[in-house]
Amino acid sequence: MSAAPEILRDTDLAERSLEERITHIWRTPSGIIGWLSSVDHKVIGLRYIVTAFTFMGLAGVAALIMRLQLAQPNMHVVNADRYDQLFTTHGSTMMFLFAVPVMEAFAVYFVPLMIGTRNVAFPRLNAFGYWVYLFGCIMLWASLFSNSGPDVGWFAYVPLSRGYGVGHRPDVWAQMITYTELAALAVAVEIVATVFKMRCPGMTLDRIPIFVWGGLVLAFMVLFAMPAVMVSSTMLILDRLVNTHFFDVSLGGDALLWQHLFWFFGHPEVYIIFLPGTAMISTMLPAFTRRPVFGYMAVVLSLAATAFFSFGLWVHHMFVTGLPRLGESFFTASSMAIAVPTGAQIFCWIATIWDGRPRFATPFLFICGFIFTFVIGGLTGVMVASVPLDTQVHDTYFVVAHFHYVLIGGAVFPLIGAVYYWFPKFTGRMLSETLGRWNFWFAFIGFQIAFFPMHILGLEGMPRRVYTYTPEMPWGGLNLISTIGAFIFATSFVLLLINVAKSLRSGVLAGDNPWNAETLEWATTSPPLPQNFTRIPVVSSRAPLWSGDDTFPVIAGMRADKREVLLTTLTEAEPDIRESSPGPSIWPLIAALTTGFTLLWSIYTPWAIVYGALPVAVSLIGWFWPKGTKEDES
Amino acid sequence: MRRWAALGVAVAVVSLAGCSGFQSVLNPEGDNAISIARLFWFFLTVCASIWIVVMAILAMSLVRARRNTAPETRDQRRMGFVIGGCVAASVIILVVFTLASFFTNKSIAAAPEDPLTVKVEAHQWWWQVTYLDKRIDHRFETANEIHVPVGRPILLQFESPDVIHSFWMPNLAGKQDVIPGRFTELTFTVEKPGIYRGQCAEFCGIEHAHMGMYVVAQEPFEFDKWRGRQIGDSVPPTNAMLRHGYMVFVSNACASCHTIRGTDAGGVVGPDLTHFGSRLSIAAGTVPNTMANLQGWIANPHGIKPYTQMPSVALAGDDLTAVSQYLESLK
Amino acid sequence: MKTRTVLDVSPLPESSFGSRTLTWWGTLAFMSLEGMGFALAIGAYIYLRVFSTHWPLNSPPPDLWPGTIVTILLVISAIPNHFMATWARAYDMRKVRAGLTLMSLLGIAPLIVRAFEFWGMRLRWDTDAYGSIVWFLLGLHTTHLLTDVGDTVVLNVLMFTRHSANPRRFSDVSDNAFYWDFVVLSWLPIYFVLYWLPRL
Ligand code: HEA
Ligand code: HEA
Ligand code: HEC
Ligand code: CUA
Ligand SMILES: [Cu+2]
Repeated sequence: MSAAPEILRDTDLAERSLEERITHIWRTPSGIIGWLSSVDHKVIGLRYIVTAFTFMGLAGVAALIMRLQLAQPNMHVVNADRYDQLFTTHGSTMMFLFAVPVMEAFAVYFVPLMIGTRNVAFPRLNAFGYWVYLFGCIMLWASLFSNSGPDVGWFAYVPLSRGYGVGHRPDVWAQMITYTELAALAVAVEIVATVFKMRCPGMTLDRIPIFVWGGLVLAFMVLFAMPAVMVSSTMLILDRLVNTHFFDVSLGGDALLWQHLFWFFGHPEVYIIFLPGTAMISTMLPAFTRRPVFGYMAVVLSLAATAFFSFGLWVHHMFVTGLPRLGESFFTASSMAIAVPTGAQIFCWIATIWDGRPRFATPFLFICGFIFTFVIGGLTGVMVASVPLDTQVHDTYFVVAHFHYVLIGGAVFPLIGAVYYWFPKFTGRMLSETLGRWNFWFAFIGFQIAFFPMHILGLEGMPRRVYTYTPEMPWGGLNLISTIGAFIFATSFVLLLINVAKSLRSGVLAGDNPWNAETLEWATTSPPLPQNFTRIPVVSSRAPLWSGDDTFPVIAGMRADKREVLLTTLTEAEPDIRESSPGPSIWPLIAALTTGFTLLWSIYTPWAIVYGALPVAVSLIGWFWPKGTKEDES
Repeated sequence: MRRWAALGVAVAVVSLAGCSGFQSVLNPEGDNAISIARLFWFFLTVCASIWIVVMAILAMSLVRARRNTAPETRDQRRMGFVIGGCVAASVIILVVFTLASFFTNKSIAAAPEDPLTVKVEAHQWWWQVTYLDKRIDHRFETANEIHVPVGRPILLQFESPDVIHSFWMPNLAGKQDVIPGRFTELTFTVEKPGIYRGQCAEFCGIEHAHMGMYVVAQEPFEFDKWRGRQIGDSVPPTNAMLRHGYMVFVSNACASCHTIRGTDAGGVVGPDLTHFGSRLSIAAGTVPNTMANLQGWIANPHGIKPYTQMPSVALAGDDLTAVSQYLESLK
Repeated sequence: MKTRTVLDVSPLPESSFGSRTLTWWGTLAFMSLEGMGFALAIGAYIYLRVFSTHWPLNSPPPDLWPGTIVTILLVISAIPNHFMATWARAYDMRKVRAGLTLMSLLGIAPLIVRAFEFWGMRLRWDTDAYGSIVWFLLGLHTTHLLTDVGDTVVLNVLMFTRHSANPRRFSDVSDNAFYWDFVVLSWLPIYFVLYWLPRL
């Protein structure tokens, strides 16, 4: 159908001109409109990462204010009303706008590079996802600054959030969920299709890098967990907006329905955050121990097993709601069971170190800090998994300690390590090692000082979510220590910021593969060209860059006159189709704006959905209607 | 790493052993809390040991690895077995944990015979306490304070008209959520006389931080004395000052929200004040029940508990002292 | 890094159908997450039923007719839908255009009856929890119906423009048919829950 003659293939061009040509085809157009229309997974991935860290910073600052308020009894740094908004926004931001998106962001950036393709499966959906996510971030924080930030906790229990919240605060929370879920689901769909169909020739299932497995597991968990919170937050909005009675006990509704739906999502959520973190560890470790990670199969299976189990644990967040004791004991068992695959991973990593020759670079320090810290958090997790113990420590600072140990120890430490590890790939320059070490020790020591005392506070009877406490309570001392620790910990992030700022200008030039790592993202330039790979690579082992031979196997025959990607078969990754990949477009942004404003408006009137439907429909048609480019026409 | 491990554990042990208090998991005085505490120390010991072992191995591998010259690939199979062993060990430990908590759970959930039954209704942000009795005229109501006889099983039945709260007396028992539209209860037996403090544990709105309460455990005869007094109506004002205070109370908004049995004050919005003078605290454990605090509270409740549901009622200076004296006289 | 060519992919096709294409997998992913949504909503329905003493709370069970008609219409529509998919794979422009037009109509028909379904529930969403959950389930499925019909209509128009001369379009058509099957299938359990559970 497409006119055969004027087809141009990479084989028709000399190496140099080919690279220029492909780069030209894949580049993000210049100018502000061009910048807004970018569909390059690297550009979008980086935007995600920077945005996520910015809001992490803001949420962290919120936490510091909370810490000041709690440093001593009856402090007046902020009042109760502010405090409630702060801890809700802190928790919601950290979970929904930082931890999950940043993990997705690394997947969006690195999955295509690691599997040797040129973009994600649905580049425009990817762009759309980012804009919607950004919309959600801005809305949440704008409402916090305008004193209408949500104040009902990051899991917004009904009836409090249903009928007792102030003004539109709970609606803001619920709508923020909608935005981030949209974005997360978009990413999940892309990752699944990308990993299944776009792996370079030769990358059979058992050669997929563990980080990519992590991305795939994340995607599947999002697909099956996020709908739960979508359903529940929609019900909440309906209850508040058009007075349905899902959670209204007086008219046949039920208060625990919310908790079941929320935690059916909420528990997998925490592994959505944690598993990619472990995948980062497994990916970085080989570069610093100079041997492949021990037990590839075991690690991959643990990822899958943890993801699978995590859908059968949600009730352990509801142990004191008076559910049947026997039923609860089942969830104790399942919660304990999940420790097994996690433990297996820890053991495999230690074995890797045992058998390798570690290089104590900053990322490796964070890996060690991760093991040290996470295991504590995991073990306190096993403690709270016991129903009787949980009836004591539930909703106390013991739990606050648990989840900061696992979230920061298990996800943020690997993440910071990953920033040091991949910064050269992002920018072409190394981060400073000296600053890096300071960064690590401030983070590591500061963290322990900030969060270890919380275990004891919890046991001494301090409930969470209290904006202050009376002097008769023996909590002042430990809270003060914790606050000091929090500031030391925060300093480590300032150091990171400084390090990034300095290295961007004057960092050591990195070259393609500064760590001498094994995976494909290091086979291309740093930073990668828009097309990632001028010629799609072919792999024949799990560690293509350690194969030892000096030339790199690639394929030929891709078209050089339009954006084209290679689709391969699901299991064996044999070349199957050359499909064209959509180019830059402003429509995803327009669609994001129309949906964004419609949802925002719907906080105030249900009719917004009706009025908004038209612009949304128009922007979607505009998005998918062919524009007569080469990509569209064939 | 090893240095850190040692330090961490030291800190843990010292600080845990060191703490005690009237709102603490770690010096239990109720049967329920005692068995949980036992379970806690068991879990803590095992988990701490696991952590130390894991850290020790990590430390060893780091030290050892420093010396590694060529990446060894000889003993892969052996390492495989070691790891298999560790996983197996983990499974065993986890099974033990599960069984341990299962049986503890059964023991504390066991239904008591002939318990003292008390209805506890959680409000934003105070606790309404009703002592049930077969004889209607033996039922009585108080607030933010439960008196119990030591040695006798207590059965608390919870209700909430507004949002979810959670009843928690760390020294006596694990917590229990109080959920609108759901019937929940909690049983425990206090072993030792004393005053124990507890606090609402589920975030229930803006004054969640100030929703404390006390359990006063007494020898049975003392408890019966107290109970006898509580069943009776309020003591009538004995002198002019108190009579004036009484008049202030009933002629102002107070009476529309508070009940004082044996008077015309029959409001049901706020705590029953019939024997207010005998209570430990004002406004759900927010401040001790003293004359000064009471005057401060009545003059301006929000100065003591910023978002309390109780409004400030404008009273002339001498009216204020009078009504406070009157309320304190209600022993 | 120096490269060496080991493989020539120029003979490969530039488009295909079904599980060989990206869009198919994208569609499948969306189906599974939406299917999960349906499952959870049905779960909520059953949960509310279990925790209420009598069901449907204080209302009569819904009127069977509209729902049953919708069901029949949807099931019937699956047949031409199937043919359209095979025509698309055969790149048969004439039949595909006809098929799309037919499917657009067969999509609009149940939407009209759907209006009466809401009516036939015999109560409003704000009557009680039962009303809320039935309107929720119906609404959820209606949105899917609506979006897919919209998609079919747009595709239908597209196939009458110059853009139709493109193998990619035929692949789109078969994916569209694939999604319609999902809309039909996902309705069956909802139909059972809404109309027969209250009668059991
Ligand atoms: C990264 C996120 C993350 C991770 C990985 C985990 C991991 C675990 N969590 Fe945690 N959890 C949270 C984030 C996370 N959690 C959050 C955010 C909350 C609070 C939500 C809120 O209320 O706001 C929470 C709350 C929470 C609760 C509810 C507490 C309460 O509210 O009362 C429970 C109860 O069972 C629990 C259990 C567990 C368990 C058993 C694990 C296990 O997966 C841990 C397994 C790991 C190990 C055990 C260590 C390594 C293993 C070995 C070294 C092998 C040997 C070990 C043994 C033999 C024991 N978590
Ligand atoms: C990944 C998740 C995550 C992370 C990283 C953190 C990080 C921190 N958290 Fe948070 N926390 C949660 C998730 C997280 N938390 C959740 C889910 C809750 C429950 C909320 C609820 O109950 O609803 C919670 C609740 C919570 C509480 C309990 C509140 C209460 O119950 O009353 C406290 C109290 O101390 C606390 C403290 C902290 C501190 C001191 C940090 C520190 O790590 C913060 C470190 C400091 C920074 C990161 C800022 C420094 C950075 C910069 C200066 C960079 C420059 C600034 C810009 C770029 C703008 N957190
Ligand atoms: C609109 C209803 C309302 C009015 C009017 C009212 N109160 Fe109250 N009162 C309450 C509520 C509600 C509480 C519980 C407040 C809390 O603990 O947060 C309370 C608490 C109290 C307490 C502490 C009880 C305890 O055990 O903690 C005292 C004493 C009291 N009120 C006295 C008064 C007096 C005296 C007046 C009149 C000058 C008055 N109240 C008027 C509603 C009211
Ligand atoms: Cu009541 Cu918290
Ligand atoms: Cu959990």
